[in-house]
Amino acid sequence: MTQSPAERSWPLWEVFTQSKEGEPHQHAGSVHATDAEHALQNARDVYARRNEAVNLWVVPSVVITASTPEDVGPFFDPANDKAYRHPQFYKVPKGVKVF
Amino acid sequence: MPPHPALVPALLRIGDDRLVLGHRTSEWCGHAPILEEDVALVNIALDLIGQANLVLQHAGALEGTGRDQDALAFFREAVEFRNALLCELPKGDFGVTIVRHFFHSLFSVLQWEALSRSADTTLAGIAAKALKESRYHARHSGGWVIRLGDGTDESHRRAQEAVDALWSYTGELFMQPANEADLVSAGLTPDVSTLEPAWRAQVDDVLRRATLRVPEVVWMQRGGRDGRHTEHLGHMLAEMQIVARSHPGAQW
Amino acid sequence: MTTTSTASEDSSRLAQFEARIAADESIEPKDWMPERYRKQLIRMMAQHAHSEVVGMLPEGNWITRAPTLRRKMVLLAKVQDEAGHGLYIYCGTETLGVDRHDLVQELLDGKAKYSSIFNYPTLTWADIGAIGWLVDGAAIVNQTMLAKASFGPYARAMVRICKEENFHKRQGYEIMATLARGTGAQRAMAQDALNRWWWPSLMMFGPHDKDSTNSDELMRWGIKRKSNDELRQRFVNMTIVQAQAIDLTVPDADLKYNEMTGDWETGPIDWDEFWRVVKGNGPCNKERLDARRKADADGAWVRAAASAYVEKHA
Repeated sequence: MTQSPAERSWPLWEVFTQSKEGEPHQHAGSVHATDAEHALQNARDVYARRNEAVNLWVVPSVVITASTPEDVGPFFDPANDKAYRHPQFYKVPKGVKVF
Repeated sequence: MPPHPALVPALLRIGDDRLVLGHRTSEWCGHAPILEEDVALVNIALDLIGQANLVLQHAGALEGTGRDQDALAFFREAVEFRNALLCELPKGDFGVTIVRHFFHSLFSVLQWEALSRSADTTLAGIAAKALKESRYHARHSGGWVIRLGDGTDESHRRAQEAVDALWSYTGELFMQPANEADLVSAGLTPDVSTLEPAWRAQVDDVLRRATLRVPEVVWMQRGGRDGRHTEHLGHMLAEMQIVARSHPGAQW
Repeated sequence: MTTTSTASEDSSRLAQFEARIAADESIEPKDWMPERYRKQLIRMMAQHAHSEVVGMLPEGNWITRAPTLRRKMVLLAKVQDEAGHGLYIYCGTETLGVDRHDLVQELLDGKAKYSSIFNYPTLTWADIGAIGWLVDGAAIVNQTMLAKASFGPYARAMVRICKEENFHKRQGYEIMATLARGTGAQRAMAQDALNRWWWPSLMMFGPHDKDSTNSDELMRWGIKRKSNDELRQRFVNMTIVQAQAIDLTVPDADLKYNEMTGDWETGPIDWDEFWRVVKGNGPCNKERLDARRKADADGAWVRAAASAYVEKHA
């Protein structure tokens, strides 16, 4: 085997695709690439073969910080009981349609 | 405007370049240096064969003898093909494949740009679509030329060898047939010789960034445009045409 | 979060984990999971990804000989999808903390398995039809089930793959149907391809349930949702009707329809052949691995060049 034992994969990049203008970017998967331009090209070839995207983001996987599963309670439960953040919390006189 | 009969040979040159180069590129499928590159090279092959499909279809229609794109692709002899020799050379290593794509896609961008203004509206439509594809091919191959040229000692050596081996096949791309002046004056096709300065400027720029040198060359190989090919094309076509020719008249 | 864990903690986590599986929750990469679940997933997903990649070779064998430009483009797009699907699944596997390079190395070293179906040769153009129809048909039955797998990244990759593979089976069946109503030679080619690919396709679902070592565990953890035999039966029932519609005959003298169950029952599968091919003695095991090794070895300088370029210009 000619492959050097030290060979590692190229860095991993997370790929986000925007399916239509005005839509949010969504995680599509990942690719290996050496730099950002290379990652963009690989992402385009791998994740946009069927017109899935009008725009792409690539982000080095290592720079993503995620909340942990253990954070589920403390991070997100407190938002559960704050109904005043939702428009349905407020009453509007019948027939008023300006909203 | 009624179709111009001299347009058919011009279309065969355009279509055959893409068909033959697309075929060579397709030979990589399953064998590329890394999986991402399998996908990328097949995208390029698909674009090129798709372009050939449309151009040869148009050529067949203008010719008016009932030959469609498949008849033109699968039932012509090597001497009837009009692709540049550059396109038919064996795929070589990844360096050869990339440098060839780089040379040809930069040419293609310029050629499609000009053809997108053709007085033949069908051809102009094909060119407008193909132009976007070729721009991407140039970006993909240009990026790799720089990475290979300015990568390791081995990749630099291989890239330079590819440039040296292919350079004498680039001149043919810009040789304008003497008998097509009326196609040019009718605004149907560009005079390809006028595309060379822009091509050369872009090639020089990328090769410099890739730390690669432009070879000095005294003779540019030629012949493909007249059906005088290398020995490689016959073998390539023997493989490409075997199934179609074994069952003449069959539907697939 | 605690950094040490005691046996009782582990058993309570395991209970929690199994409760989540029972409630059909999706397990995500950073969630706690039993080591055995992680190992089984890595094994199974890597094997699946390897199958996609090795699977490019038998069909790739006919790209340069496809008989029309349309067929050539369709086949290229299909084989390209397989590369893409290999990528999706490798990327899902990497969320479990393994590196793709190491997974590929295991394949090249002959330590990892891939689907045995790809160790059969493609001998005529009709094989491209048979593979799309039967092999992809069988794969879709399997992958539709895996799209509900308990591990989120695997399930999501499967959803995407199933969506994209829709055309794979159709193009294969279209090739077979066209050949079956073509010239005598074409028809014979189609029947011969069906004869050669039928039994290996049935073997794709793996050993009978009673002989399948991994199945129980995979089903208990919701990685697999249906047993090998259930999936195989579903495939047979679908495919027999499709064969009849294009007037081709499945090579099974014992095949019969069971009025009670509504199932098509096949004759016995040659499991000796199955195990022989799994263990490395199929017609193309060596060619397939050699081709992957060659691609990897020939590409080493390219991968090294790209890494070196970035280091220089970082």
